[in-house]
Amino acid sequence: MLEIKNLHVKLEEEDKDILKGVDLSVEAGKVHAIMGPNGSGKSTLSYVLSGRDGYEVTDGSASLLGEDLLEMDPEDRAAAGLFLAFQYPVEIPGVGNMTFLRTALNAQRKARGEDEVSAGDFLKLVREKAKALNIDAEMLKRPVNVGFSGGEKKRNEILQMAVLEPKMCILDETDSGLDVDAMKLVSEGVNALRDAGRGFLVITHYQRLLDHIKPDVVHIMADGRIVKTGGPDLALEVEQNGYADILGEVA
Amino acid sequence: MALPQAKLDLTEARLAALSLPDGAGWANAARADAVARLRAMGLPTRRDEYWKFTSPETLTRADAPRAALFHGDETPLYAGIDRLKIVFVDGVFDADQSDDLSLEHVSIEHLADVTATDIHWARELYGQLEIAGQDPVDRPLATLNTAFARDGVVIRVTGKVEKPISLVYLNASESSDAILHHLVRVEAGGDVTVLENGPAAARFNKVMEISVADGAAFHHVRAQGRDHERRAVTHMFARLGRESTYKSFTLTANGVLTRNEHVIELTGDDAVAHVAGAAMGDGARAEFHHDDTVFITHDAERCESRQVFKKVLRNGAEGVFQGKILVKPGAQKTDGYQISQALMLDDESSFQGKPELEIYADDVVCSHGSTTGAIDETALYYLRSRGVPADQATDLLVLAFLAEAIDEIEDARLQDDIRTRLQEWLERRRQG
Ligand SMILES: Nc1ncnc2c1ncn2[C@@H]1O[C@H](COP(=O)(O)OP(=O)(O)OP(=O)(O)O)[C@@H](O)[C@H]1O
Ligand SMILES: [Mg+2]
Repeated sequence: MLEIKNLHVKLEEEDKDILKGVDLSVEAGKVHAIMGPNGSGKSTLSYVLSGRDGYEVTDGSASLLGEDLLEMDPEDRAAAGLFLAFQYPVEIPGVGNMTFLRTALNAQRKARGEDEVSAGDFLKLVREKAKALNIDAEMLKRPVNVGFSGGEKKRNEILQMAVLEPKMCILDETDSGLDVDAMKLVSEGVNALRDAGRGFLVITHYQRLLDHIKPDVVHIMADGRIVKTGGPDLALEVEQNGYADILGEVA
Repeated sequence: MALPQAKLDLTEARLAALSLPDGAGWANAARADAVARLRAMGLPTRRDEYWKFTSPETLTRADAPRAALFHGDETPLYAGIDRLKIVFVDGVFDADQSDDLSLEHVSIEHLADVTATDIHWARELYGQLEIAGQDPVDRPLATLNTAFARDGVVIRVTGKVEKPISLVYLNASESSDAILHHLVRVEAGGDVTVLENGPAAARFNKVMEISVADGAAFHHVRAQGRDHERRAVTHMFARLGRESTYKSFTLTANGVLTRNEHVIELTGDDAVAHVAGAAMGDGARAEFHHDDTVFITHDAERCESRQVFKKVLRNGAEGVFQGKILVKPGAQKTDGYQISQALMLDDESSFQGKPELEIYADDVVCSHGSTTGAIDETALYYLRSRGVPADQATDLLVLAFLAEAIDEIEDARLQDDIRTRLQEWLERRRQG
């Protein structure tokens, strides 16, 4: 589903290489986790995949379901089925959460040649998904992420994911800032979306999240590369011993 | 002081192209006085400090530059709102297209009729607020209006008027040069909403003098629409009594040249004046230059004034804001607020802001700010990452930016109407 080959990325503004040859492929129906020390390039990978400005791909490729992602505008990547739950969701004063979500859903549907969702159906859909994530109606009325607590912002990301039903979901530290109960709700939200046609890439620092969202494959990223790949046990190893052993091993 | 020769020539050339309306009545004296005042001050030129950011050349020259007529197929603004419609075509009242002018708690007449009458309340108002508004800055185009306006509505409000009075300006000629002068007197306890919209004329000079008595309220919502090539200069002169309210909002899209002036005097304690404007300029199809010039004088205690002006500019559009709050000696507990912001969608557009405070009382709260900014790239990326195309995402951010000004409209239906219209304009633009 998601194929990343030898991806090299530098900052556009300065001569700084951040990704130094990332190879990764996520199959449909699977959950892959990425762990790795701060600053190793995990968020950069997610930004580059979703099309954020400021990065230059100097080598390699990334494709989603056979389509070259790197050539597409961010909105086309979304319509093609890519979704990134941000590590730091963005506040947009003046744009209502509902307006935003409905515009996004209908724009994606339009891009795919599907009919727009009516206001009534949309409302029903969002209410149902919001309820499952314990997001109250008051929050939906507010401007996008404005005045939301850290955990509310993360839940709002998952709500968007639940409504947009993307094919490839990238979650960047969605667990950070969540209390224990919220973590459970969010994980249930994610698990509800798991199916044979959908792939997940879950970036996290903690085993805790992976207790709820059970990964099939775990990768360790360090200094802009995937340095080790293994099964769920790899995450446990990191939890217990930190990165020193693994990094020492590969050095 | 003798005027510079160029100014003299300019003024005489303009005067030569105009003729005073004939007819008897008190207005003759007011008009003659205005002509004399105009000769003394001269028409504005770019050299005048007050016109530093806006060239008045096309507003002052003898003949109006042509403007292509705009034929929109959109639903007329305020269409769903029960209102009393008064239609002007090229600056001339059109009885056939207008509603019957009778409405409870208000009398509505024509300027042409009342000026011919010897005794009429309008006599005490006509030109008077315009004259008061000449100090400390000359506003010669308003004086020209007082001298030569042939038409306008004369409205006297004595209670709460149930539906808005809607002035609709249509144009039929590509070279129409319209001058309208409206008078509004809201008596104690009166409450009225005046709406304005429509293309008006190739060149439009409009003055509205508004006297708001103690405890009375005046609401104003105006849309200056999609007639790309128009040139307009408008003045709203208001004088507010004790505990009275004045609230005005203007939506502007397009227009080669628009200068909207508000001159408001708070003369009774506890009066409130809010003026707001949302302007969207795109220089691609025709030039766009929009100037909001506001002068608010606090001359009583505990009054509140609020100015909220937002402009979205692209493709070489030019925006100007000159806003002044003058707090006179003794106007204690004044609360003055002023914000002017421009959102620049590219590097070709420009914005000039000149916020000013002049305060002669010691116990006041006044704040002002003027900012220019680009679109928030992070927000744009976030929206796009959810599948919203770049141009549509930009529009969402544009609407969000203008929201603070639109929120100033008190009546929810009018607010909805204006917001919907704005969305339609943005959508049309996107679809080319
Ligand atoms: N726009 C930028 N300007 C400067 N440095 C940047 C920029 N973007 C990323 N970097 C640098 O690139 C490196 C990788 O950052 P990235 O955010 O991808 O790390 P991460 O693995 O997500 O870390 P964390 O676990 O702390 O979230 C860091 O050293 C970071 O400082
Ligand atoms: Mg990160």
